[in-house]
Amino acid sequence: METNQFIEVNSLEEAYILASADRLNKVIGGGAWLKISLKKAKTLISLDKLNLDFIDSESSFIEIGAQATLREIETNKDIKKLSSGILNQAIGKIMGVTIRNLATIGGSVMGKFAFSDLYPVLLVMDVKLKFYKLGEISFADFVEMPRINDDILISIKINKNNSVGYFKKAAKTALDFAMINLAITKGDDFKIAIGSKPSIAKLNYEAMKYLNSKKDITEEVIEKTCALAIEEAKIKDNVRATKEYREVLIRSYLKRGIKQVIQ
Amino acid sequence: MKINIKINGQNKTFEVEPGEFMLDVLRRNNYLSVRRGCDNISCGVCTILLDNKPVPSCSLLAAKANNHEITTVEGIQVEAEKLAKCFGEFGADQCGFCNPSMALTVYSLKQENVNATEEEIKAYLVGNLCRCTGYVSQHQAIKKYLGDSNENS
Repeated sequence: METNQFIEVNSLEEAYILASADRLNKVIGGGAWLKISLKKAKTLISLDKLNLDFIDSESSFIEIGAQATLREIETNKDIKKLSSGILNQAIGKIMGVTIRNLATIGGSVMGKFAFSDLYPVLLVMDVKLKFYKLGEISFADFVEMPRINDDILISIKINKNNSVGYFKKAAKTALDFAMINLAITKGDDFKIAIGSKPSIAKLNYEAMKYLNSKKDITEEVIEKTCALAIEEAKIKDNVRATKEYREVLIRSYLKRGIKQVIQ
Repeated sequence: MKINIKINGQNKTFEVEPGEFMLDVLRRNNYLSVRRGCDNISCGVCTILLDNKPVPSCSLLAAKANNHEITTVEGIQVEAEKLAKCFGEFGADQCGFCNPSMALTVYSLKQENVNATEEEIKAYLVGNLCRCTGYVSQHQAIKKYLGDSNENS
């Protein structure tokens, strides 16, 4: 790729100053998607020297450094205990081990990739992002915000709760991006998020509001939840699947997922 | 810019462009067992070990490998020969283009999980494509290789 320089910064402040100096200065994670997502940059800013590749599970939350690789997260036993292990499952579905050894959680989050299998999962878990200047923001708020180019993601924090989770990725082959991906958690409330539709994953607020208002989760309630989720998700066609096929997939897997988390 | 890499146990210095990927640097310097396939992280034939973990060299920025260790198939010769014997026994080898990358990934699987089940072997090798074999014979050969390694450990 075309770039003038590669700088390994020695501090977050140095990274911040460089990133905010020019829109063409880019902070990089593992670089796994660099080739397909970035053709040109003035300066590539590497955070490799900042020891951000940690996973700390000592507190009431698990904190994952932005430079931790997807494979390190996938194989972490403490993360596997959260929400039926849906984060580990979702990562395990991302192409091969080699890519997961390269890709970092920071790069995967900041890339805002519409095909991301992580996004629906992070939306339904209790997740906060810790930025150098912005401080802590919820992952759901981050998804709604415009792309952040000049702040540095330090870590993601996942609250340890007792929620039960479900994740499904529907793809034609193991190496393909998803036709749809969706995640559900049931803790105090239900949370539902659908991604790769083909736009970026979002929480399905209307479907969640309806489902959380019901005491008995009957077949009719589940059907109505699916209908609301599909309406809200604004599903479209693309090269991977038609709108109609995506709707069928979402209805099937949402139904299955809701039943699984209430068992 | 200059990068220092320990490659197959030897310290080397390479002159690289800041946006250059490791695959190009390795092939330019005659590490030709590292193959160029899709050049887009899909096929796995460019796999190398970075600090003992398999990564696609086509998407690893060379600058990020500075002061790290890289292993190509030549660096695991003894293990690669053991795997090659198993591949021969099961007819798991045709054109051989994917073999170096396959050997490195299988070697890494052995380090992580020598008791891998067939499902675990399949899952681990999802990113390593082979256009010839249809995978069945390869999976059988890998199972034999892991079993032999387990017996000898």
